[in-house]
Amino acid sequence: MTAGLDPFARLRALTRARIGLGRSGDALPTRALLDFQAAASQARDAVHAAIDLDALRRALAPRACIEVASRAPDRTAYLARPDWGRELGQGMDALDAARGDYDLAFVIADGLSATAAMAHALPLLDATRRRLAGWSIAPMVLARQARVALGDAVAQRLGARMVAVLIGERPGLSVADSLGVYLTWAPRAGHPDALRNCLSNIHAHGLDYERASGLLAALATEARQRRLTGTALKLDVSLPASESR
Amino acid sequence: MAYTATLGATRYRFDDLRSLMAKASPRRSGDELAGIAAASEAERVAARYALADLPLQAFLERDLVPYEDDEVTRLIVDTHDVQAFAPVAHMSVGELRDWLLSYEADAAVLTALAPGLTPEMAAAVSKLMRNADLIAVAAKCRVASAFRTTLGRPGTLASRLQPNHPTDDPAGIAAAVLDGLLFGMGDAVIGINPAGDSVADCIGLLELLDELRRRFDIPMQSCVLAHVTTSLKAIERGAPVDLVFQSVAGTEGANLGFGVNLALLREAHEAARALKRGTVGQQCMYFETGQGSALSAGAHHGVDQQTLEARAYAVARAFDPLLVNTVVGFIGPEYLYDARQIVRAGLEDHFCGKLLGLPMGVDVCYTNHAEADQDDMDVLMHLLANAGVNFLIAVPGADDVMLNYQSLSFHDVLGLRHTLGLGPAPEFAQWLARMGLLDGQGRLPPPSAGSAPVRRLLGAAR
Repeated sequence: MTAGLDPFARLRALTRARIGLGRSGDALPTRALLDFQAAASQARDAVHAAIDLDALRRALAPRACIEVASRAPDRTAYLARPDWGRELGQGMDALDAARGDYDLAFVIADGLSATAAMAHALPLLDATRRRLAGWSIAPMVLARQARVALGDAVAQRLGARMVAVLIGERPGLSVADSLGVYLTWAPRAGHPDALRNCLSNIHAHGLDYERASGLLAALATEARQRRLTGTALKLDVSLPASESR
Repeated sequence: MAYTATLGATRYRFDDLRSLMAKASPRRSGDELAGIAAASEAERVAARYALADLPLQAFLERDLVPYEDDEVTRLIVDTHDVQAFAPVAHMSVGELRDWLLSYEADAAVLTALAPGLTPEMAAAVSKLMRNADLIAVAAKCRVASAFRTTLGRPGTLASRLQPNHPTDDPAGIAAAVLDGLLFGMGDAVIGINPAGDSVADCIGLLELLDELRRRFDIPMQSCVLAHVTTSLKAIERGAPVDLVFQSVAGTEGANLGFGVNLALLREAHEAARALKRGTVGQQCMYFETGQGSALSAGAHHGVDQQTLEARAYAVARAFDPLLVNTVVGFIGPEYLYDARQIVRAGLEDHFCGKLLGLPMGVDVCYTNHAEADQDDMDVLMHLLANAGVNFLIAVPGADDVMLNYQSLSFHDVLGLRHTLGLGPAPEFAQWLARMGLLDGQGRLPPPSAGSAPVRRLLGAAR
């Protein structure tokens, strides 16, 4: 269809959903078929990408950082065993050696999209730290094959009263590099998710660093004052998941 | 009570019925995550030999989840229809498989049997069946349901049109609905998963869909898949609620995780039924389920995920639903690792639901961290259409931009209808014909850009 005759031209601006794709018989036209596969390939590659800890370490220098890994030995195990991704497998000694009295620990974790962690974690971290002048912040922790709850074990060993986990979110077809942040007061093993606060959809077309860091700093400040995180903290601006799923 | 089976020189022992069921299950990551799966392929088959010899009566004598602790168990036990069970009461699980596959077990016989089977019996027999068996028996089951359309008739394949939008933008949702209508989608329901859960937003979306229905005189039902308490508030405020939706699971604890119990569902069912908004029927409940939800909620009682899924159908059937579907690949690889497990689970869920008398549909879907792709979904949708599935979920271009997962596309479901000679629900087919969307053979060919239905429908999105 030429642009002038395409009845969907106006409607496409209303949604990112794949509408008005046209038909080859009943199936997708070739271009639309390949466009879907291109988006799917980005998402699949993001899921299986490895986090580049050396690059993160160089970017963080001269600030100290600690590398840890979960109990999941590889990506396949990580995907099948979320319980392993929540437990520390490597880096415990380094965490113990850095033990101190900290208001907050930051953990950069690959999660389900190392691509997101590599793209957005450092700018968000820098913007947030600028807003937390005077806070006692633990050495940065970089985590491989990690789920959100790995941050609880990390913070406990470091002696941090609060932990912010910056983690890659599950890639969709429209965004493969979306970062989420989970903030937890008094983290401990078996910490219920209802007692965390979440910022999600941090990416080029979602929440920007300025706004995300402002929200994160405000949440952390209120959490420190009230000594809690979770549903009782009312700044939660994460897009709620649909009740149906 | 322990069960045993000998395979070759090895004698296998299974400590209780829960363990026997779990170890007889086809391999899946969720049961391995729970630590209840068979340790080897030989142990799995040994468990199946023992299960095949187990009398069905055993399931009436021993509860997998304790009666005292769980209202779903109480529902199953207290509503078991002994008379309907009588024809199979003397059988073992293995004999039930043979009988279900026999010519004797036709549509009428299976319909009469449904209230006599417990979910645990359905789950047990499914574990002894190959994929082809699950398809063959499900294809014999007929479960019709009706509201403004009639679903589940032989020769039909309905669809839920799912026009989700990341911020619930009404114009964006309307654009996706209109695109879907041009493919003949939406005869099962036009159902929106809302991004937010506010009552006001929910009412706004309900009014949008109801206005569209009345404007084009479409025989359809709409649904906003908010939490049941939100739908109840919308009903109180006079919103046009056709169907009340809720996610349900197979244990009291897992349902608590969804924020519901049987009393709340009863209240919602009564409130929706009192509105009497149906025309050709008054079935007004819509449930979604999916293997792994109970383990995910930490409420699985050591029972395998497929058996717990079948128990969720006991919850659904207590409320005479219009629609039930499993969201089979949504939960992720820690429960269903790859396409092989997703395909198997989709067929099991459809079979168990139909055998228990439910108007069963499936969301043929996957996430990007599971080992699956569109080729795998093509296989599952064709298998399910052969199994007589009542409806399938369809989203624009197979990509749900709100829930971030991949389901079937409008193209997929339309192509399936045309390849297999299946039609939409009869009332909806008549509407498509009135709109000028069907050709002489009842097919829905690509409408040209300037055609009357395109101009009429797309002119509505202003």
